[in-house]
Amino acid sequence: MSNTHADTVLFVRDTMLPQQDPPSSTIGAIGWAKENLFSGWINSILTLVSLAFVLFLLAGLLPWLFSPTWSMNSLTECRELLAGDHGACWGVIRERWPQLMFGFYPSEMYWRPVLTIVLLFVAIAPILFAERVPSKLLGFTAIFPFVAVWLLWGGTIWGPLMALLGFVVAYFVFGLADKYLTSALALIAAVVSALIWWGLISPLIEPALSSALPIGLETVDSRQFGGFMLSITIGVTAIMCSLPIGILLALGRQSDLPLVKAICVGFIEFIRGVPLITLLFIASTLLNIFLPPGTNFDIILRVMIMVTLFASAYMAEVIRGGLAALPKGQYEGADSLGLDYWQAQRLIIMPQALKISIPGIVSTFIGVFKDTTLVSIISMFDPLGLANAIRADQSWNGIYWELFIFIGVVFFIFCFSMSRYSMYLERKLQTGH
Amino acid sequence: MKKTAFIGALTVAGLMAGAAAAATLDDVKARGKLNCGVNTGLAGFSAPNASGEWEGFDVAMCRAVAGAIFGDGTAVEFVPTTGKTRFTALASGEVDMLSRVTTWTFSRDVDLKFSFAAVTYYDGQGFLAPKSLGVSSAKELDGATVCIQTGTTTELNLADFFRKNNMSYEPVPVETNAEGQQQYLAGACDVYTTDASGLAATRATFENPGDHVVLPEIISKEPLTPLVRHGDDEWGDVVRQTMFALIAAEELGITSANIDALSATPGNNPEINRLLGTEGNLGEMLGLSADWAKNAIKVGGNYGEIFETTIGENTAIGLARGLNALWTDGGLQYAPPFR
Repeated sequence: MSNTHADTVLFVRDTMLPQQDPPSSTIGAIGWAKENLFSGWINSILTLVSLAFVLFLLAGLLPWLFSPTWSMNSLTECRELLAGDHGACWGVIRERWPQLMFGFYPSEMYWRPVLTIVLLFVAIAPILFAERVPSKLLGFTAIFPFVAVWLLWGGTIWGPLMALLGFVVAYFVFGLADKYLTSALALIAAVVSALIWWGLISPLIEPALSSALPIGLETVDSRQFGGFMLSITIGVTAIMCSLPIGILLALGRQSDLPLVKAICVGFIEFIRGVPLITLLFIASTLLNIFLPPGTNFDIILRVMIMVTLFASAYMAEVIRGGLAALPKGQYEGADSLGLDYWQAQRLIIMPQALKISIPGIVSTFIGVFKDTTLVSIISMFDPLGLANAIRADQSWNGIYWELFIFIGVVFFIFCFSMSRYSMYLERKLQTGH
Repeated sequence: MKKTAFIGALTVAGLMAGAAAAATLDDVKARGKLNCGVNTGLAGFSAPNASGEWEGFDVAMCRAVAGAIFGDGTAVEFVPTTGKTRFTALASGEVDMLSRVTTWTFSRDVDLKFSFAAVTYYDGQGFLAPKSLGVSSAKELDGATVCIQTGTTTELNLADFFRKNNMSYEPVPVETNAEGQQQYLAGACDVYTTDASGLAATRATFENPGDHVVLPEIISKEPLTPLVRHGDDEWGDVVRQTMFALIAAEELGITSANIDALSATPGNNPEINRLLGTEGNLGEMLGLSADWAKNAIKVGGNYGEIFETTIGENTAIGLARGLNALWTDGGLQYAPPFR
């Protein structure tokens, strides 16, 4: 028994000591700095050098950024005020703020784009924050595109309403046909009936309705669109439309039907093989030559279609990556449950594949949004195109950084929010252990 | 018999083609607005102001044509075009005329099938250099670094000039005029070259314009001209004669101040009377109203007044008349007689 603990040591503690705080030099700001910034002499030197560099930069930048030129009316006035000091001339942002935001949109109608963007947030809320927002709002999401078009471009309410009714017609035809035909045939019947509605019926009754009941807003020409409003209009449309089209293309690419597969592969490879600028030039100039003279095919619509097609091709490949990452067992599991193709996609494959693809999808979104600035090359006034036009004004000729910094900051806010949202979504959908 | 029918059909087809091509003026009148292609933004020539209205020298030319047709200088839809989209916009009929600092060249006239109306601004390529560089002539620029906009005729002119004078240079390619300004100010190149009007406008924006000089040599000819499509001479005449009316008005001393008095009753000068429509039927020949020229001049004044208010010496651009003075003042602006 001499080996028992009590016999070999003279003293045994029978109570635990209370836990103590770590030494003050290892916690808090000091501890953090000690561990991260001054952990050795090389690191200490590097820290000091970097600090000096940052201070040097700030010393140059801050006085330039915080210059009291907000109320100036021209670059000359700014220079007089600064009297030789270096300083930004922010008056240009104040004077051209509405233009940078809305382009040449008539100023008494600014409420329309503003209302549209508010409604946009209402419409996307049930998609982005599904668990916090009542799903009844999804009904509004469905009609939002038509409301937005009507608010932005104006005109009578009947045009967008007829377009919306086309979808309703398609929906009912599908529901009816689905009972008697295979779902593929029902889908074709629905599409054909919608096309008949849009192509034949609505052009007949729409003018009559418009003249009988001219309920509507004043028409605004596409040429008056500009600034961030134009970027957001094109960007949001491309983002919203490219995801569903991209999913269909990705599925089509994996299809067993040779024709569907060939069309999808051909489309994706063709669009991805061509720079966006080329597509924009086709939209803006080539189409003008091919279309019969006098055809008025809205330029913004043309650009939206091209940007959407471009984004869809990239989106398809991102989603195909997600599909490829799913283990084969998931597909087989879906089959063994007796689900048909669309049920399997909807309930098992897509939720997982899309979750895997979130970072790729969002970075495609961000890329598309930034690519909208390319439209300045086909002489549309996106923020960058406007920056050029504003500089050509005699009051502001010579301004450079102020406009680009402002535009950059606004773009950063948009893109950074998208990126933060995608991280939130990833965390929310995290099911791993 | 068959042959006659065939020829008849050809004639009809020819007439119809002629009618279709000649319809621009009718189209414009029916539309109630002139579609005019302008630059997306070039200081002094075309730029939207804070309230979104277009201003500038090229813009004033469009407004004058609208004035001649409608008697209203605001009946213009300005279609901004870039260097890449301008010719397709005109060829496809998106715009009726292009007034966008476009140089009249052989190939644009002949190969691209455009009709150039009348030269509104005689420009030429020059050099901008800092005074501290100590050069007084472009011939002293051997070995200099030159900021140059890529893909323009200025690039080719520059190569020609240095080759002709047995000098070497190092190009610093820039994409836009704004980038050129920044590169030049940052010292990335010794001299900056572009059209002389652009150089003057650029120099005017510097904090210390006095530290920089535009060298005296002009190394190219750049006659900037409004243009229309080939094949519709009636429409081309409207644009051309409107430009000439502005120039003739300056020569004849018709200004926006005295035009109302001059056009009220026929005066002693028959040419003024014919131009302002108090005598003769020049307007009718053009397919316009008798007071077409009066309306065109009233919009922004005569050629000299437009020049002074948009790019002249009292503006920030500060261009001297130079070659663009009237022929009576030693310049090149010369309008054929109105009779």
